[in-house]
Amino acid sequence: MEIGLAHYLTVSAILLTLGIFGIFLNRKNVIVILMSIELMLLAVNINLVAFSAYLGNLVGQVFALFILTVAAGEAAIGLAILVVYFRNRGTIAVEDIHHMKG
Amino acid sequence: MIISTIAFYLFAAMTIASAFMVISAKNPVHSVLYLILAFFNSAALFVLLGAEFIAMILVVVYVGAVAVLFLFVVMMLDINFAELRQGFLQYLPIGGLIGLILLIELILVVSGWALSPEAIQVGSQVAPVMTDLTNTEQIGQVIYTEYAYLFQIAGMILLVAMIGAIVLTNRSRPGVRKQNIARQVYRRPEESMAVRKVEPGQGV
Repeated sequence: MEIGLAHYLTVSAILLTLGIFGIFLNRKNVIVILMSIELMLLAVNINLVAFSAYLGNLVGQVFALFILTVAAGEAAIGLAILVVYFRNRGTIAVEDIHHMKG
Repeated sequence: MIISTIAFYLFAAMTIASAFMVISAKNPVHSVLYLILAFFNSAALFVLLGAEFIAMILVVVYVGAVAVLFLFVVMMLDINFAELRQGFLQYLPIGGLIGLILLIELILVVSGWALSPEAIQVGSQVAPVMTDLTNTEQIGQVIYTEYAYLFQIAGMILLVAMIGAIVLTNRSRPGVRKQNIARQVYRRPEESMAVRKVEPGQGV
């Protein structure tokens, strides 16, 4: 059976769903929530690269590169905020983070 | 052709299985290790798609930098992870419901969707793929010409992220001796030296 675009899109859809599911499942653990966001960005990348390969257009791969850049920056900043928060409060439980009354 | 089909199903199944283990593992260290496995397998999927450069960048950036950063933070912070897992089953029904609905929607979109023949021609008109060049060379030819500004902005984003992370986590601790070059330069002989006349047979 020939592997087509729909196969890759299905894998990407399942991966994105698992990322969203992970955010709901691990609502108290910020680290796992950040990892779920990485999974969702990976799903987006698979989508872009699959379309790029099947349409014969390189723009998708270029944008996948930029998404990779943003994901790296987001992980670095998010984990830095997490480290600072843990240093100040001694915990990273999401439900305790309500000092800004949000 | 059969080998690439088997490879696709193998790598896709491994990616999805390790992504599931990321969100359901008890220990966050195991989660990070499964995340690394998911990244490796999706890099293999990219190789199957012919996007070698993105695959290698995925391994270098995600596995080499992001996942190791996650591992570092998970191991550095002294957190009781068992406490954080309480209420895990409480959110399972609602999360599962939303995930299932979203998955069904996405599958319906994927299965009920067809590529129009004109779209392929339109896509290849924008940036013709030169088959005699490797994937890396093709991306290099596009990224430094058409997308040069976006490339610069990506560099700026990385710079801002780096400076932000350093500024956030850097702390000035009291009692740490540091070199103050301005004070060293402005030191005068009068304030750092004292000439004493010492009488013979007596101490200072």
